[in-house]
Amino acid sequence: MHSGIWVYIDHFQGELLTVSSEVVTAARLLADKMGLSVTAIVCGHNIDDLIDQIARSDVDYVIACDDITMADFRYESFGALLAKLYAEHKPKIILMPSTHRCRDLIATLSVKLDVSAITDGVDLNVENDIVQVTRPVYAGKLNAKVSVSDLFCQIISIRPRTFAVCESNQERSEVLQVDPVYEESEIVIKVVSYDNYSTKKTLSDSSIVVSGGRGVGGPEGFQPVRQLAETLDGALGASRAAVDSGWISYDHQVGQTGKTVSPDLYIACGISGAIQHQAGMRTSKIIVAINKDVQAPIMKFATYGIVADLFDFIPVLIEELNSRSV
Amino acid sequence: MCVKYTPDSAANMSVEGGKANWGDSPMVINPWDEYALEEALRIKDKYGGNVTVLTMGDEIAKDALRTSIAMGCDHGVLILGESSSMYDTRFTSQVISKAIPRINDFHLVFFGKQAIDGDTGLVPMSVANLLDWPGLSYVSKIVSIDENNDGIEVVRLLDEGYQECIAKLPCVISVVKEINEPRYPSFVGIRKASKVEIEVIAVDELVDVEVEPSLLRWSVSKDSVDTYDDPEILQGDDMSSIARALITKLTADKVI
Repeated sequence: MHSGIWVYIDHFQGELLTVSSEVVTAARLLADKMGLSVTAIVCGHNIDDLIDQIARSDVDYVIACDDITMADFRYESFGALLAKLYAEHKPKIILMPSTHRCRDLIATLSVKLDVSAITDGVDLNVENDIVQVTRPVYAGKLNAKVSVSDLFCQIISIRPRTFAVCESNQERSEVLQVDPVYEESEIVIKVVSYDNYSTKKTLSDSSIVVSGGRGVGGPEGFQPVRQLAETLDGALGASRAAVDSGWISYDHQVGQTGKTVSPDLYIACGISGAIQHQAGMRTSKIIVAINKDVQAPIMKFATYGIVADLFDFIPVLIEELNSRSV
Repeated sequence: MCVKYTPDSAANMSVEGGKANWGDSPMVINPWDEYALEEALRIKDKYGGNVTVLTMGDEIAKDALRTSIAMGCDHGVLILGESSSMYDTRFTSQVISKAIPRINDFHLVFFGKQAIDGDTGLVPMSVANLLDWPGLSYVSKIVSIDENNDGIEVVRLLDEGYQECIAKLPCVISVVKEINEPRYPSFVGIRKASKVEIEVIAVDELVDVEVEPSLLRWSVSKDSVDTYDDPEILQGDDMSSIARALITKLTADKVI
């Protein structure tokens, strides 16, 4: 009964990631096409609420491991448990969100199962029980259609914002509680601390991203850009030029050597739009470019262009947005 | 230190017969790997030892090794086979993990967090699992290495923020950009690199010929979002009217 499609539920200290719910939707779509069940796998410590939340979402079964050794994600303990569960239940497909933790887990699982995994899916199709995954390659300049060449277990990760968030508040599915494989003494990696973390929407999860580039001129110049992001309840991004100049930290960087985002709305403030930056944001639904230079490359692929000094325009835009919401 | 030779990040990509083509754009060391190279060299400066640079691919990939040696690596090893795009991450990881113990008794193996061509990011941690060494991915800082107790303490950059953790040597590390600012090859280094002998190991020596080089079927296509309509330049008498025009548009598009 647990042998159909698995969804690995990634969370941060018990807080469900939006992308995990999106992957449940993907699993349900595949399950309906292929006549399979959906089982969610959730591991952590003191996660009763999370388990309940998942059991009431659009899944058929839940396998849960709630143990002190699972409090921090470590690929060693999580990978060993998933490999053991795989051997017991033989799921056909394992889906995961494209997060850092899951990339480690996928690498571990693909070694243990001796299969090839496919990461960063942005579209899924089924042909003869094999999932065709569309994924960006060469930093999004090209798309690849990838599938396994035989009926191996198919391990696939899915980018945030590819599918809608799954339905919840359903009848509670059956939960199978399992024990971990490793004792703490068998796990080499120890987590000492977390620093500067936040579970608020990350760049890749946000439906609105406001980014600043060379045009902001300095660290203070990010102030209006940050304010606009806050006004819109969006995330703050930056171009490589701004990060390399030391105006803002690297975790805000959007582009080929930063994060890839695909929001509904991307507002580029003082960003020229080099090909490496495009690679990180080109799949955004609506792109607004605020730039003094009408010839800037970003103007070529923006939906709307505002030819203005960002320091003149953004404060007025914030004012208009605020007066609208009152 | 493992590097991959990839098309330059500014390359204009096209498709020929389902395969990627980068025209006459230059090949470069995968940009993520430069940070790993730099970190390996800094660890050498601080703790001693030497740095071996390893790559896998056809003869052309030797250039990546020479550039790495010009930056300061001591020794280069090419695992000679097909162009690296012929292999899936499972096969690549198996080959690399077989090569590492054969070349030397290493304490640390560095990778960039992913390559800018395939963008899978699976090889570093697959190699860690195959070697059965601890793997520390997305490292943004190496805090300390305790040579007496084989301990290592690092900071990792995860989706939500930073995580400090400890592990044991030997271990596999993949690094993020934040870790350092890579150096350029020196003039002396370039001269040295042109003369240095590159060690070559054939892929067949490392894995059985029966092992499939790829369990995946691939076909590549050009992204349709490449064709853009001209942008609508919003105009108005003053900033307020432009701002209002933009808000009206975005509201109609249902994005705010």
